[in-house]
Formats: sequence, C-alpha cells, structure tokens
Amino acid sequence: MMGNKKRDFILSLILAAVITALLVYVDKEMHYSMLASVIQKASIYALLAVSLNLLNGFTGLFSLGQAGFMMLGAYTYAILTIPLEQHASVYQYFNGGIVNICLPAFVGVIAAGIVAVIFAWLVGKPCLKLKSDYLAIATLGFAEILRALIQWEVLGPVTNASNILKKFPKFDSILTPVIVCAFCIFLVVLLINSSYGRAFKAIREDEIAAEAMGINLAKTKMQAFLTSAFFAGVGGALLAMFQASVQARSFTSAMTYEILLIVVIGGIGSITGSIIGSFLYIASSEWWLRFLDDSQTYLGVNIPFMRGGFRMVVFSVVIMLIVLFYRQGIMGTREFSWQGIIDFFKKPFAKRKRKAVEDNG
Amino acid sequence: MAENVLHIENVTMQFGGVVAVNNLNLDINQGEIVALIGPNGAGKTTAFNCVTGVYEPTNGKIDFLGETIVENFPHGKMKKLYAGENMGLYSNVVSHTPDVITYKGIARTFQNIRLFSKLSVFENVLIAKHMRAKQNFFSAALHLNRAEEKRMREESMALLVEQGLDKYKDDVAGSLPYGLQRRLEIARALATDPKLLLLDEPAAGMNPQETLELAAFISEIRDKYKLSIFLVEHHMDLVMNISDRIYVLDFGKLIAQGVPAEIQSNEKVIDAYLGVSEDE
Repeated sequence: MMGNKKRDFILSLILAAVITALLVYVDKEMHYSMLASVIQKASIYALLAVSLNLLNGFTGLFSLGQAGFMMLGAYTYAILTIPLEQHASVYQYFNGGIVNICLPAFVGVIAAGIVAVIFAWLVGKPCLKLKSDYLAIATLGFAEILRALIQWEVLGPVTNASNILKKFPKFDSILTPVIVCAFCIFLVVLLINSSYGRAFKAIREDEIAAEAMGINLAKTKMQAFLTSAFFAGVGGALLAMFQASVQARSFTSAMTYEILLIVVIGGIGSITGSIIGSFLYIASSEWWLRFLDDSQTYLGVNIPFMRGGFRMVVFSVVIMLIVLFYRQGIMGTREFSWQGIIDFFKKPFAKRKRKAVEDNG
Repeated sequence: MAENVLHIENVTMQFGGVVAVNNLNLDINQGEIVALIGPNGAGKTTAFNCVTGVYEPTNGKIDFLGETIVENFPHGKMKKLYAGENMGLYSNVVSHTPDVITYKGIARTFQNIRLFSKLSVFENVLIAKHMRAKQNFFSAALHLNRAEEKRMREESMALLVEQGLDKYKDDVAGSLPYGLQRRLEIARALATDPKLLLLDEPAAGMNPQETLELAAFISEIRDKYKLSIFLVEHHMDLVMNISDRIYVLDFGKLIAQGVPAEIQSNEKVIDAYLGVSEDE
C-alpha cells in the first residue's frame, strides 16, 4: 500500500516536471504559435468546465447561467484594471467613464470572482428551489437578461455599453493561465473530497434522503452554486486577459453550450474528464478541425459542404453520437489515478499472456 | 414513569378535502418500541412524514423531548376546507425542514429504500456525519481541520464494523443484496446520532428468516444506542414480537391502542385489519 503511494507521488512529480518543461519551452520558443494559444484557452476552458461540472455533475443542479457569470467576471476585471491614462480612449463615447480606479491584475481577478458570487446569490435565492429543467431555463434567462443589461446605454459610463473594453493587463507568459487554472481546479478537487463535497453528491443522488440525513438543501445547493459562480467569474476574467478585449456580445448562450459540451464529452461528474475534454475540444475547434471551414480541393475535386461553419455541423454530429452511443463520455465518473493508467496498459498484455497459457495448456 | 420522547397531540393532516390522518394522539416513552399498524392507505406513512417535517400537519402539535417541534392550525386556504376536530385549539405555527428535525435527533428510514445508490457503503454512512461536523465551508474545502475529518471517518468505520457491513465498505451501495441495503439504511440513520428512530416498513420484501433476524436486530440496536423506536410494519410476527405498544390506524383514525395481546384480541382491529384465520 505504502509502496503504491510513493510510486504515485514520484510519477506525479515526473509528470509535473515534464509538463512544466514543455510549457516553458513552448513559452520561450513558440509564444505566438497555435499550440501556445490552444494551451492557454484550453486551460481556461478546463476551469470553466470544472466549475460547471461542480453544479451539473456533482450537485445535480442543471444550470445554464455560466456565460452570465463569466461575463460578469470579465467585465469586472476589465473595468477595474484598465490603466487610468487609457480611460479617455477606451470610454471615448462616455467622457472617460466614471470608474476612476485601477487595481493590480491579481486583485481584479479575485474581484471578478466576488462580483459573480454576489450576482449568483441574487439569482440563486429565488431560482435554486426550482428543479432540473426549470432551473436551467431560469439561469439561462438570467444570463441573457444580464447580457442585455450590460449593453444598456445608461450603464455606459461603467460598462462602456455595447462598445469594446480593452487595454487592460494581459498574460505575459502562457504559464500564468495554466498555473492559475491548475490552482483553481486543485481547490475544487479539495472541495469535492471534503465533507461538503460529499453533501453535494448526496443531493445529486437523492434529495429526499439527503435532507433526511440532516443536509440543509437550500444552504448546500447555494454553496455549490456560489462556488461554481466564483470560478466561472475567475475563468471569465482569465478569458478577458487571453482575448485582450471584452464585449458583451460574445458571451452568448452558445458559450455555455460549448462548456456544457466539454463537460459531456469528458464525462459528467469527472474533473479529469472535464480537463481532457477541454483540451480535446479547444484543440479541435481552434486548430485540428479548422480545415473544415475552408474549401478544399483533393485530386482536383472541390469537396462540397466544406465552407465556413461546416466545423460546427461536424461538432453537432459528434455531440449527437456521444449522447446516443457513448453517454458516459471519456471518463464517466472516474478520476485520474496512476493505478488506473497502469491497469489500462497492462490489460491487453494480461489477456495475451492468459491466452498464451491457455493455448499451451 | 419513563421519560416521554415523542408526544403527538391531535394531529390532523388534510390534503384538500381528503383527511389522511384524523386527530392522532400517540406517545412514545424512552426505550420503547412502538408500532403503528393498519391497512394500506390508513395514513401511517403520512403520520411519519408529519413527524419528520416532510408535511406540515393541518392541525395539531408534536413535542419531541419536551420541545415543540411541529405545531399548526388551519389557516389560509385550509380554514374553510378543514373537516377535522379541535378547530381553534392551537394558534401557533412551528415548522422545521426535515434536516432540522434530523438534527434534533429523529432519524428515519424509507418505505422504498433510499440509499445514495451510486456512492460507496462507507460514503453513505459518512454523509450522515456531515450534519454534526463543526467545520465551516472554507476550512472543510481547504482540508484545514484534518482531526475532525479523521474523527468522522473513524466513527463511520466503527459503525460499519458494529453493523457487520465493514466487508462491503468500498462496494457501491446499490449493488448490495436487498437485506443488506435495508441494514445499511438503518446504519446510515444511526450515524446521525438519533434519540428516536423511525422505521418505515423495515421488513418489506423480506422472507420469514430475514424478518426474524431483523426483529432481533431492532431490539439489539434499541438497547445498544439507547433509542426509542417507532415503526410502521405489515409483518405481524415482527410487530407482535418486539413492540411494547401498538397503535392501530384505519382511514386515518386511531381505532385501538395497547400492548400486543390486547390488540390481537381487539374486535375492531380484527375487523379492520387482522382478519380471522380460516380454521376458526
């Protein structure tokens, strides 16, 4: 038993070292490559997917408000961290705006999470009593209302209305988003393995039994909802840093569906799944499957269908196939473990060995 | 006289125009096993649900260890509809959600087993310990209070060993055989440190042998954990064997109460529920 723990620790250390070395190399040598941008975006999406999974997969609350919380986070971060000398040019239609503070980027990211939590509390108070689909509709509606509200002309001096917010601090290295996201995901994993995480799972399994076991449904659901909103807000702020600009128009419900898609591909109720799913999805949509959007000619034949938007058709088909035939996603509800990986690679050998023995005998 | 644990006073539960429980009066003293029996639809489970906070009774009062945990009177929509007795006897509203009732010391099991079926046996018991944990959300999430987590785990493990479920510790709860699932549900209820245990048809779906074992088991946990037990059951062997007192409900009304021997010979009960064996 002890031997296994030591082995796992050493293997994890090696893995962490390899990943860090790779990241440092990518950061130094290919800072502007597609790979670097996929790594950044995928780690941010991994955090967002984990935050949604905490609700959908672990607490059993079907919420679709993630884009709303991300937008709150992104806006909070952007508004609070634009350097004062840039206000005149960013808020050019609103006389430089009325927010006259500029906080360090780190504080801005935390504030992003906190603002998302405050709004989540306001939404959660009436909505969390709703069950399944009704909660999804209510949170989806909230996100849409918020998007319209931010673009409202009257709020312009703060949110710049429907104009773009930019010139706030960005990442200086691709390591920053990876480290911040990894740290946040680590916090979520700790939470899930704590007593409160078990209470979340109990609610997912059976609300009535959970209540009979002394778990306060309203309070515990709210805790899960606020935690999820906090990390969605932080994720939104990171996304703003990555994109170097913020505009309410981009935080549509389609963005929530993207994240939901990652959760489903990875496996509802698996943190590892969400991370793997996010890297696969972002790499495919940004990089590997880009060619689907361009018209292609093979052997002198122009392939029909291949034009702008075809990529999304392929994704839709993939999600249908997953839902129909592979409902568990990549990981199901399992998590990463070294033993799991070793067993996975051993299995084919073990079978072959057994077969050889049988053949001989 | 022994200390009163549960005192149900004039409880009426009315759903719209249907009176499910009509003016129920029932007492349970410390260390007693009290059974509530009656034909299907007599309102036994409804009575349970009133005690555990799932339903708010329309009228009446329930005391637990001297503290009023439930009190209600017909008001609002029910004021006109109310068809029961004792209108105007109560004027307070006291109500708690089921988790608060559990916290006060009333644990229950369910008629159709409600385990956290995809979680392990150990986790099922461990979840019941969450309620009494003192750590707050942040210290728990950051694993700062390791001593408490360790204590919760040790207590849960000890309980599993006592109940003979430690072999199945890591099994998924839903994969256990039926009898063990029943036993795990009771173990999980015990993990909340109750003073009163409500068992809703614990022997449902059990064969005579298993029922006999269950009877012994219920008496045993009563003594071991100094519990009072309130059960609803259809297996008369079990009820007559272990109950100190029995209450009989029919169409929501209490038709008899007393020790098992009295109930067995009570004309009304025989008519309504027990029936007469053919050779008589």
